[in-house]
Amino acid sequence: MLRMSGISKKFAGVVANDHIDFEIKEGEVHSLLGENGSGKSTLMKILYGIYRADEGRLFWKGEEIRIQSPNDAIARGIAMVHQHLTLIPIFSVAENFILGRRSPREPFLDMQAAAAVMEKLSQEFDISIDPWARVSQLDAGTQQWLEIIRALSWGADLLILDEPTSLLTPQETERLFHTIDLLAKRGKSVCFVTHKLNETMRICNRVTVLRRGKVVGTVDVCDTGERELARMMVGRDIQFHIDRPPAKPKNVVLKVDRVQVNAKDKRPVLKGVSLEIREGEILGIAGVTGNGQTELARALTGLQPIDSGNIWISDEKTSRLLPKQVAQKGVAYIPDQPWQKAALANFSLEQNSILRVHWQEPFAKWGVFRPSEISRHARSLIENYDIRTPHGQMLAKNLSGGNLQKLVLARELSRNPKLIIAVNPTAGLDVGAKEFVYKTLLEERNKGRAILLISADLDEVIELSDRIAVIYAGGISRIISADKVDLEELGFMMAGGKQKKS
Amino acid sequence: MSKEIGDDDIVEASNPPLKKWTSYIVDSLVVRDIKELGSGLLALIVALLVMAVMISAAKINPLEAYLALVKGSLGSLNGISETLVRATPLIFIGLGIAIAFRGGMWNIGGDGQLYLGALGATIVGVYLPPMPPVIHITIELLSGFIFGALWAAIPAYLKMRRGTNEIVVTIMLNYIAEFLISYLVAGPMKDNTRLIPVPESRQIAASAVLPIFIPHTQIHAGFLIAIAAAFVVWLIIERTVLGYEIKAGGENAEAARYGGINVLRMGFVAMVISGGLAGIAGMSEVAGVHYYLMDGITPGYGFLAIAVALFAGLNPLGVVLSALFFGALMVGAESMQSAVGVPVATIYLLEGLVIIFVLARRVLSRHRRSG
Repeated sequence: MLRMSGISKKFAGVVANDHIDFEIKEGEVHSLLGENGSGKSTLMKILYGIYRADEGRLFWKGEEIRIQSPNDAIARGIAMVHQHLTLIPIFSVAENFILGRRSPREPFLDMQAAAAVMEKLSQEFDISIDPWARVSQLDAGTQQWLEIIRALSWGADLLILDEPTSLLTPQETERLFHTIDLLAKRGKSVCFVTHKLNETMRICNRVTVLRRGKVVGTVDVCDTGERELARMMVGRDIQFHIDRPPAKPKNVVLKVDRVQVNAKDKRPVLKGVSLEIREGEILGIAGVTGNGQTELARALTGLQPIDSGNIWISDEKTSRLLPKQVAQKGVAYIPDQPWQKAALANFSLEQNSILRVHWQEPFAKWGVFRPSEISRHARSLIENYDIRTPHGQMLAKNLSGGNLQKLVLARELSRNPKLIIAVNPTAGLDVGAKEFVYKTLLEERNKGRAILLISADLDEVIELSDRIAVIYAGGISRIISADKVDLEELGFMMAGGKQKKS
Repeated sequence: MSKEIGDDDIVEASNPPLKKWTSYIVDSLVVRDIKELGSGLLALIVALLVMAVMISAAKINPLEAYLALVKGSLGSLNGISETLVRATPLIFIGLGIAIAFRGGMWNIGGDGQLYLGALGATIVGVYLPPMPPVIHITIELLSGFIFGALWAAIPAYLKMRRGTNEIVVTIMLNYIAEFLISYLVAGPMKDNTRLIPVPESRQIAASAVLPIFIPHTQIHAGFLIAIAAAFVVWLIIERTVLGYEIKAGGENAEAARYGGINVLRMGFVAMVISGGLAGIAGMSEVAGVHYYLMDGITPGYGFLAIAVALFAGLNPLGVVLSALFFGALMVGAESMQSAVGVPVATIYLLEGLVIIFVLARRVLSRHRRSG
């Protein structure tokens, strides 16, 4: 039905897709499995016409086609349901359903007919839905179902579901699987983009595994198991090898005891997380993005109020402190997405170099800045961390990603922190900048700092950490010493597999 | 959520060669300002051209009209005096709006805060016993600031505690302030000593009057205070921790919180300072122009000041120039009407066009950056 052959896509030198061959048969549920950044979303965006491939050919129902835009894809019968739904919350279900279609009774809308069609579909799919309810009042699973049947009503033969279960509860997930079953029975093809092994095993017929932009293999689900898939997904070649002396952990710096954080809808996003980090060691927390990593880092730095549990930094309780107070306890925080979370794009490099310490001497006295001290500080950061910039007055938005990350790193480490919390510190960086970050973090560890490394990049966690844990769905696994790590086991746990008893 | 390799993540390898620090500082200051100035002027020129078309449509020679405008506002001592007098409240409110906008707070309540500041000044000017002018004017100034600041504190507090939209609340408070003053000058504060009482307060004491410092004009000391205020605001924004935190909160709330800044509180502070400055505008109108409190003491200075602040690129020193320009427009429009018959209202059109073009440029440049 669909065949993609030799698809390649580069983003300014970074290969996202490397000669990918991929095919989907009629009536098949095909899983596209891979870690974050393995290229699966890029491939699907090429198929859906959001990106243009640099190389490769696309065959659809036997003939070669080109897809220039999502409209093209929809016209051909390829539909995509995004992770973030594209319904209009203040419209009713029926109003959303007719969106994007001509009304048979123009210039009037034919809401009654739409409602009737919906009634029929909801019976067929065994889903109770009120066509006149507002979409904002529906749960996530029903909204997704609405999006799916809307795509079908546009005449879709192939449905791409991009990480469809990431926002769903287990019950809603079950309902989605039921819907997918029914679709397959009607001869529709479904491409299920995911990083979850159990779901792949549960619902799909075949699976194609991607790793670092390449196809590892395509297998029938009945011929494989979760463990084999996990190995295919994470098996890899080590990129860097950095010499590191054995860790000499000393006093406990950070102690976290059963910390619980609930989202606005009362759903727990951190479920009783406990851990301990000592001076001179790196604790790595691996996990697929969106399993509570951000909340954990924010809770530890005071940016996210916690609902229960306790946090101590050097035996001082910091669970209820403000971000400013936590920073003053000697906590450096290197968040992911520094542009959004750790830098002020329209401020100069100098001004950025004092964020989080800007109220302190020597940078300010009586609330007034001392520009010469700030310049001197910025200059020393620029020199020591080799930040490539013409001068400190330049606005931060003109820095490259790697140099900005260096600036954040330099700034945070210049405060001589006791504890360093880094989240995806090398995401989006090139090889050189990445190596620099790794070396810097290891140096800090050797100096006796406690480091919490939270990363979606498993290689990174293994490369740097002395002890490793996996975070999944807001819970943290048992902590394993890095020299006893079983890669397959880690990959298995990251994808939601149960920990082996040992 | 899956992480995508996108264009934003790609690292540029090239970096400009290192030049001398000083030359770059000069470059970045001067060049950037000329560019800013240039695009502001461009917006103005386009606005003037559009308006010229409209004036010609009314069968009036636009050149003549513009000549009358310039002559009226700058062509005589009287015109210049009038221009400076009109610019004074615009500077105060414009500075306040610049601070608020920089802090991410949309203060549309300049008029209401001006009314309240005028009330505060009048109370001090009318009801306090005689005292040396320096002390009297200082108290009057503080009173104007505090009244304006408290009026702005209402929307600011609601925003901080309840997340209420400050735009709506500030606009609504404009009406409340206006009617409050109407009531006061027609009732409790009405000057009943006159032969034919009109809805006006009593005159403020002589010691509370801002002196006229250029003889034979109307230019009062309020203008000097406005210039001083511009420097103070510039210092706050550029050189203090307070200004840094206000700007950081307005620029990127997430990163500001990360930086240990209480973003909600900074929004509150920015709004209160903003209202205080608008309050001083009211004080300066009472103490420098009218000498008593009355209905309609502001002909829409609060809204016009938004244009002033935007046209100045929210730069405090730019606000002074921008306010002078819009003051000249207000004065010139009146003489344009009497000379060639173009209604004063067209000047509102010009103001509107300038704002649209200034904003369009901003939106476009932002779009280009992200796209």
